Amino acid sequence: MRVVDAPYTFRGGVHPPEKKELSSGSAAVELPLPDLLKVPLSQHLGAPAKAVVSVGDHVRRGDVIGSAAGVISANVHSPTSGTVKAFESLPSPAGRVVQHCVIEPDGQDERSNELAPFADWESRTPAELIERISAAGIVGMGGAGFPTGVKVNPPPGKKIHTLVVNGAECEPYLTADHRLMLEKTERVWTGIRILRKILGAEKVCIAIEANKPDAIELFSRIDSDEGVEVVVLKARYPHGSEKQQIFATMGFEVPSGGLPADVGCVVENVGTMSAVCDAVLDGKPLDSRYVSVTGEAVARPGNFIARCGMSFRYLIEAAGGFSVSPVKIVAGGPMMGFAVSSPDIYVTKTTSGILCLDERHTFEYSSSPCIGCGRCNSVCPMRLLPSEMACAIEADDIDGAAALHVADCFECGSCSFSCPAHRPLVQHFRRAKGVLTLRRMQKKAEEDSRKKTEQTHGSK
Amino acid sequence: MSILGTAVVIGLIGLVCGVLLAYIAGRFSVKEDPRVEEAIAVLPGANCGGCGFAGCASYAKAVITGDAPVDRCSAGGAAVVDKLSKLTGRSGSASEPKAAVVMCGGDNNAAKQKSVYNGITDCGAANIVSGGPKACIYGCLGLGTCARACPKNAIRLEGGIASVDPALCIGCGQCVSVCPRGLIRLVPRSHRIHVLCSSPEKGAAVRKVCSKGCIGCGLCVKAEGGVSMTMSGAIARIEYDKAPVANPEAVAGKCPSKCLVNLDLSDRGERA
Repeated sequence: MRVVDAPYTFRGGVHPPEKKELSSGSAAVELPLPDLLKVPLSQHLGAPAKAVVSVGDHVRRGDVIGSAAGVISANVHSPTSGTVKAFESLPSPAGRVVQHCVIEPDGQDERSNELAPFADWESRTPAELIERISAAGIVGMGGAGFPTGVKVNPPPGKKIHTLVVNGAECEPYLTADHRLMLEKTERVWTGIRILRKILGAEKVCIAIEANKPDAIELFSRIDSDEGVEVVVLKARYPHGSEKQQIFATMGFEVPSGGLPADVGCVVENVGTMSAVCDAVLDGKPLDSRYVSVTGEAVARPGNFIARCGMSFRYLIEAAGGFSVSPVKIVAGGPMMGFAVSSPDIYVTKTTSGILCLDERHTFEYSSSPCIGCGRCNSVCPMRLLPSEMACAIEADDIDGAAALHVADCFECGSCSFSCPAHRPLVQHFRRAKGVLTLRRMQKKAEEDSRKKTEQTHGSK
Repeated sequence: MSILGTAVVIGLIGLVCGVLLAYIAGRFSVKEDPRVEEAIAVLPGANCGGCGFAGCASYAKAVITGDAPVDRCSAGGAAVVDKLSKLTGRSGSASEPKAAVVMCGGDNNAAKQKSVYNGITDCGAANIVSGGPKACIYGCLGLGTCARACPKNAIRLEGGIASVDPALCIGCGQCVSVCPRGLIRLVPRSHRIHVLCSSPEKGAAVRKVCSKGCIGCGLCVKAEGGVSMTMSGAIARIEYDKAPVANPEAVAGKCPSKCLVNLDLSDRGERA
């Protein structure tokens, strides 16, 4: 297929040291099953799945253990065959307390045949394919974990003309998507074709950063359908963010507060594509993923195919354990990942990496007042004014921050990264966004109860 | 000569304006109930907002116009209710004087630290990034959002935990509403026994993260006889709407993890 350079690029952004060479050369290793798997029942955006098995039940690989609770939710499947031992409340990689289903593998790894393979997927209707994607519990594997079945089913009236496939992997250190593109090129490509059929998209852009020439080469060799091209993005953070990627590939700007569907695009991660292919072609639900275990504190950084529910500790041991004592362990990449307080955290569908940093690569800073240099304003890829917003939030003026569009911040961390005063800018914005969400929910609850009262009074 | 002319002109302008202002002041004056001033004088002037109004002056106005009951001032107590009743002729019963108590005893010695927190000094902000530095997800974050909200500087931060000085607390409840973990409660001052733990987890899980947590052994409830205390799952609970625990020394002595405390809240400082 055709390879083109990205016609546009977003304003701002940063380019931290890539550090991808630590793990990009090591092929992904499938790990043996551990003694226990603790599968989080909330691995996605939206309502946590509802447990549908009880302690003592025998489950097979692919059996539903948590079923989607609500529209924005996703099924959770057993990643192996074994016995349900308990349900435990444990912290998730993002620091929330989430119910985990503890499964003791029986070693057989016997598959359930609940979902039949669609060998003839090309003759299936989009509705059937969407149903399959939802049933297989597929969520966006780039990090946010938005249920894919919802994303590829835009509201009527919103015509999708372009499918953007996100293979940018702009986070430093991480190489999971890179390895996946190299090792499962065909699966990713089949996933793309399935999604293109569902969406009826005329155009497909496979967006890959220029620092992955081998992946670009592999995709360029595919004998492609019409309207598919590989778009080479300049290596710059955050090119992997969907709004920045849409702008870089096509020049469309997603309106404030809007979704890519508003400009006729859907952005999906390459990992999601491979998962879609597994679900449709083989009837395999999403229960494992590529994970990079990397960082200077790991003895042998590498990539692994990990089942959901494996502990970070198990994966780090598989990577040779710690070479030096780690000071910080991050779930995800260094820019947008979450620092975790112990390695007893369990892999979810969105865990793209486990990053272990040693003392030389971490830095305990104290923040000082804003010196007004404006670097944060010039690097913000959303063209917001981080300095102004942070001052407003520090003065508890959340409305002032909202007027400066703090809700459009997607927490990429470019501002905090470039701040010479080490101000915790992203934390301020997260707090403000939390307050705004809470207010919106309270307002909605008030309106609902008001409507209810009016209705009951009306009926009297 | 010219200076005299200027003085006369300015003087005339002053006279005209003065007369005009005097007329306007008389013609458009707002008659305010003189009792409002008296009510403001009666109120303690803490402007704490505990009554639900913007400050003492607006509460005083609402009391006189009849928009608010006379017994809303938690800082003033029974004396203020009496005086306001005399002013308005409406009666009200002062609720029992209350004091805020932080229902967590996990200071830095007792509570396990899971990580170094290096962010904004605000409990709400810390709570959204992996729940702050302590391993217990129910405990006090110790960053002092409540202390900054307190109009009377009654909250101290020592050893990573907030505690309220009952002699300074006026029971306004500002701290209660800002605590992201909902740890602070307004309790009647007659109660002496309080459970300084809010973790509903079972004993083993609590022990893992804090040496001062309630492990749900139930010894205190047994010693008390279950009159004003009950077990709520794996945590002892004080029924604050019932009579205070009759034998506080004996009950407090039973607690193996020392999270049950015998606090004297009766000292209300200069307001007593």
